[in-house]
Amino acid sequence: MRAIEAEGLRKVFGRVVALDGVSFTVEEGEVFGLLGPNGAGKTTTISILTTLIRPTSGSARVWGYDVRTETSKVRSVIGLVPQDLTVDDELTGLENLRLMAALYHVPKDVAERRIEEVLELVDLKEAAGRRVETYSGGMRKRLELAAALVHRPKVLFLDEPTLGLDVQTRAHIWDYIRRLVREEQLTVLMTTHYMDEADANCDRIAVIDRGRIMAIGTPRELKVKHGSDVIELEVQGDGFDLQNLVKGVEGVTDVRVSGNRISVRVVRGEEVLPELMRRMISSGLSVSRIEMRRPTLDEVFIALTGRSIREEQGSWEEVFRQSMNVRRVRA
Amino acid sequence: MGEVSAIMGRELRKWVRSPPLLVMALVQPLFWMGLYGKAFNLTGLFSVPEDVLRTLPPESTKVVAELFNSMAVRLFGSPGTDYFSFVAIGMTSVIVLFVSVFSGMSIAWDRRLGFLNKLLVAPIRRSSIVMGKVLASSVRAFIQSSMVLLMGLALGMKLSPASPLLVAGALASIFLLAISLSSLVIAITLRLRSWEYHMAVANLLNLPLMFTSTALYPLNLMPDWMRPLATINPLTHTIELLRGALLYGNSLDIAAYQFHLAYLAAFALLAAGLGSYLANRYLTAER
Ligand SMILES: Nc1ncnc2c1ncn2[C@@H]1O[C@H](COP(=O)(O)OP(=O)(O)OP(=O)(O)O)[C@@H](O)[C@H]1O
Ligand SMILES: [Mg+2]
Repeated sequence: MRAIEAEGLRKVFGRVVALDGVSFTVEEGEVFGLLGPNGAGKTTTISILTTLIRPTSGSARVWGYDVRTETSKVRSVIGLVPQDLTVDDELTGLENLRLMAALYHVPKDVAERRIEEVLELVDLKEAAGRRVETYSGGMRKRLELAAALVHRPKVLFLDEPTLGLDVQTRAHIWDYIRRLVREEQLTVLMTTHYMDEADANCDRIAVIDRGRIMAIGTPRELKVKHGSDVIELEVQGDGFDLQNLVKGVEGVTDVRVSGNRISVRVVRGEEVLPELMRRMISSGLSVSRIEMRRPTLDEVFIALTGRSIREEQGSWEEVFRQSMNVRRVRA
Repeated sequence: MGEVSAIMGRELRKWVRSPPLLVMALVQPLFWMGLYGKAFNLTGLFSVPEDVLRTLPPESTKVVAELFNSMAVRLFGSPGTDYFSFVAIGMTSVIVLFVSVFSGMSIAWDRRLGFLNKLLVAPIRRSSIVMGKVLASSVRAFIQSSMVLLMGLALGMKLSPASPLLVAGALASIFLLAISLSSLVIAITLRLRSWEYHMAVANLLNLPLMFTSTALYPLNLMPDWMRPLATINPLTHTIELLRGALLYGNSLDIAAYQFHLAYLAAFALLAAGLGSYLANRYLTAER
């Protein structure tokens, strides 16, 4: 079964077109990433799929249920870890989880066992009796994760699960998420604008920009299709014509020469490199330095959108929310 | 039902954990009680000072006293009622208004903090969110109202209670009033987002509702245009019930008592129904 099916989703806020015809499907058990810069429409997509807002047009199903007409059914099979922290600061971790269990109609005795389980899963057993105010940013995020899991959802939505956390904590959160996916057999839709995270954690990725999906595929496919390997060589010798040397080599898409250095963009570096070496040597040049770089999703993104992922100046509202986040994340 | 009580529990937990809120809410009613109840002696105007009585011929003393008594009864319900007790009961109800209007803002706060989305993404009726908050606010209002009542007693309010059953009914009307007012406030503020709007709504409701009720003046002292407003204002009905059951003792008018109670019950039912209906239709994450 398809866990998520989105078909031509469009969302207009006043004069802003947040989504402009977004379609994709996520298979059961898959970890699917939405990758895009600020304002791309990631949160809007999640909000529609989690029934928080209604699409202006288009349709979507989650676990087979229509997000417009079968909201209750959709809600009971999903868990959401939102971009901004939304657990209640003034309650303890345990109280937050009990509240979630009640909101999802989990019977009391089942709930207590399940809460134990999820606390274990995110390593918050010790801190569970403390008010969330006293938690660090990473602990809060883990509590958010636990809160989204109390009712055993089938599909988990993670909106920027590591935003605003330091590198070490980010790595930790990902450890937890991977463990969850393994142990809970979840289907995950996550958003991020960290390329490395998408690359390392997603089965498939959709690159989204300005409300449109630019490409969908596995990280590898995207890199092969939209990124290229870069080979850089430094040669020693006299009277060579580097431009001419690489002419006719299959798979070369771009050549740049400066002095005794040559930089070649190629589709499959591992196949092109031996051929380049052979030609160099047969024309009597000695190679003094070799470097081959694999493409990053960053490059894929630039190739697809002509821009790099960057922070954009937010609206006042965003700045406010961000500062709230900072306040809540501090410690 | 589980979902309603879960939300109510959360609200009350948060409230109990912020004692400053509890104390601050008492300041205003105390202030009004002191200012009006102690400083102005409105009922004093309708009683005859001792020295005046002594200068009058004995046979006319009785007539004058009766005249003033009947005026006091007509205006304040009973001859013995002093103005402080009158206002203290008024404030016992006014605090319900303040607490209800204040807690109506919790939806806007939850929206700001993102917690509302946690509720909205759960498979619960939108009306449960509103009802959980309304009930929590009613419990708060009841507790704070009891505190004002105790403060009034401590400051010299003169009780003259009717039967326990009637007293219980009057106290129950505090709940009905709180349900009415919180439901209305939440219905109005369901989609408000900005804090400023919220303050405006609070100001728009608090003082006008207080001054068009019988909290500070009896109905008979009001200008003609204000009387109909006071009559539909649910605050008036709770105030009259409480005065009837706690101050007027034996002179309580049973028919009026029943009417006030029925009016409040109907008002609460309608307001809660309206709040739930609007919540189911309009309470969304959409800004
Ligand atoms: N409620 C709203 N009203 C008006 N415009 C909105 C609203 N929500 C989102 N937008 C706009 O829609 C666009 C997409 O926003 P969205 O939050 O989905 O982006 P995002 O990809 O999640 O960005 P980020 O990485 O910053 O979280 C942005 O231009 C944003 O300003
Ligand atoms: Mg976002």
